[in-house]
Amino acid sequence: MELIAARPLADRAVTFELATRVGPEAAARVGAAQARLAAMLESGELPGALELSRAFCSITLHYDPLQGRQADLVARVRLALEGTPPEAREGGRLWRLPCCYEGEDLDDLAARLELTREEIVTRHAANEHHVYAIGFLPGLPFMGELPEGFSVPRRTSPRTRVPQGSVAIANGLTVIYPFESPGGWHIVGRCPVPLFEAERAAPALLEAGDRVRFDPVSMKEFGRIEAALAQGTIDPASFAETAQ
Amino acid sequence: MNARLLLLRAGARSLLQDTGFRGGRGIGVPAAGALDGDALYLLNRLLGNASDAAAIEVALVAPKLRAEDGPARLALGPGLSGQVSGDNPRKVSAWTAFTLHPGETVALTLDAGCPVALIGIGGEIDLPMSLRSRSTLPRAGLGPLGRRLEDGDVLPLQGSARDPGDLTFAAPPRAETGPLRAVPGPQIEWFTDAAHETFFGGEYGVSVETDRMGMRLEGPRLTHSERGADIVSDGIAPGAIQVPGSGQPIVLLADAQTTGGYPKIATVIGADLSRLAQLAPGDRLRFSAVSVEEAETAARARRAALDRIAEAVIPANAGRIDLRALWQVNLVGGAVDALRPDHFPHHSEPEDRP
Repeated sequence: MELIAARPLADRAVTFELATRVGPEAAARVGAAQARLAAMLESGELPGALELSRAFCSITLHYDPLQGRQADLVARVRLALEGTPPEAREGGRLWRLPCCYEGEDLDDLAARLELTREEIVTRHAANEHHVYAIGFLPGLPFMGELPEGFSVPRRTSPRTRVPQGSVAIANGLTVIYPFESPGGWHIVGRCPVPLFEAERAAPALLEAGDRVRFDPVSMKEFGRIEAALAQGTIDPASFAETAQ
Repeated sequence: MNARLLLLRAGARSLLQDTGFRGGRGIGVPAAGALDGDALYLLNRLLGNASDAAAIEVALVAPKLRAEDGPARLALGPGLSGQVSGDNPRKVSAWTAFTLHPGETVALTLDAGCPVALIGIGGEIDLPMSLRSRSTLPRAGLGPLGRRLEDGDVLPLQGSARDPGDLTFAAPPRAETGPLRAVPGPQIEWFTDAAHETFFGGEYGVSVETDRMGMRLEGPRLTHSERGADIVSDGIAPGAIQVPGSGQPIVLLADAQTTGGYPKIATVIGADLSRLAQLAPGDRLRFSAVSVEEAETAARARRAALDRIAEAVIPANAGRIDLRALWQVNLVGGAVDALRPDHFPHHSEPEDRP
């Protein structure tokens, strides 16, 4: 694949731009590049490189200027990407996350989208959501695409407090808030599964490249799952389907 | 028994910080770590620590600490001074490593106008790591305590038993002046040529809206090109300067989110990042443009300069009579020149000290 641009963040990092428009095609390109660069990082082919972070259309490589040079890293990455086909292997885990579709913005969305609440829930839950990137907050997944006809901009006035676990949509994407946070997206439901737990060896539940389906649950069932997770009788990892 | 450091007073915003989390950017965890990385490096060198050992970063109100069960070796970064109370009351100043004996208390003071400062801790804090770090990110519950330090917290220490006396650098670093160096980009094309001239020619003031995530600047407005003030969110590193629609720049710091949707006009080079930690609301600053290669050369030069400082360590408080040392050495029978405390910089601490 072609490297559109290498954009420096001074002597700390460099962003490799791989696509220009958010969507499944960009996600596939970024996924393929991520896999290639992660393998190079692992095998020491990127001198001075520290870690990678993935966004919708780009990958940022953080490096130590005492251990490597950006010009050298860019040359190595450019060469490696030339030999990397722009589609990701169908990898990543499939998660089935419970979602109580009682979000405070459902009525407002129904009016905007000219759909019923039930139609929104049915179509959102029938969709397979691809995790494009983790960001904004630790463990927060940005997922696409939303079904046809679901496109809404962000709320004009962001909420100062969006509850932890809120499942929200905007700009053709779905997110789940891992923590209570200010936020401007439209809340459709709540997911009881903790997405970020500092004490776990891998603190974030989801990774870019994973897929998510939401299983609608009642308020009562939500409460039961939330309590079981809190007591440790359900392992959050058990919401991933076992390897194909 | 291993020493413990008790926070009699935690201070207003005291956090354990080291060189930051590793491997977290891909899951939305920022770098975090001490804002003044140069001071952290020097304090750890002064203490004989690993260079990435954790320190306490304080802001607004400095803590009051007591050593318990054993001696604690501490070092004060720029902006801090302290008064030790106990059977050997004494003052300690910035860039000094000293031993706080069990039962002794040090009350620290942060200089007016100094936004943050570091307390280096000898040896290692015996608390668990996450993401290969003992840094703290309260909003994600990350860190040995997962929150800022509170009154009554106790930090268990390991491996700080040796007491080489009070030490300081022969030539501690001096505050630098002159423009902050920054590399244009990553989103050069999102700004007009005039905006670049304004940014690298104008003077900016530090706003009160400044925290560990970012520093808002106030000054000449920066105009976006026809591409506008939105980008597809991409990666951020500390030092990146994003410009939202208001045209007023924000310098992103250690705790900034990992990706952002505003164009970034320039990025402060690594060698000048620590200078940002010393800026307080109302301070004025300018930027000068350098290339990536110049930034990398500056990074190596900075490390070499820090190493030169770290290699010249001398006894602190030369000329002051060290009552504790006198008491120990004279009673043992050695005749010493009490006006030359460097006669006994390496006296050992008796095991049975009260």
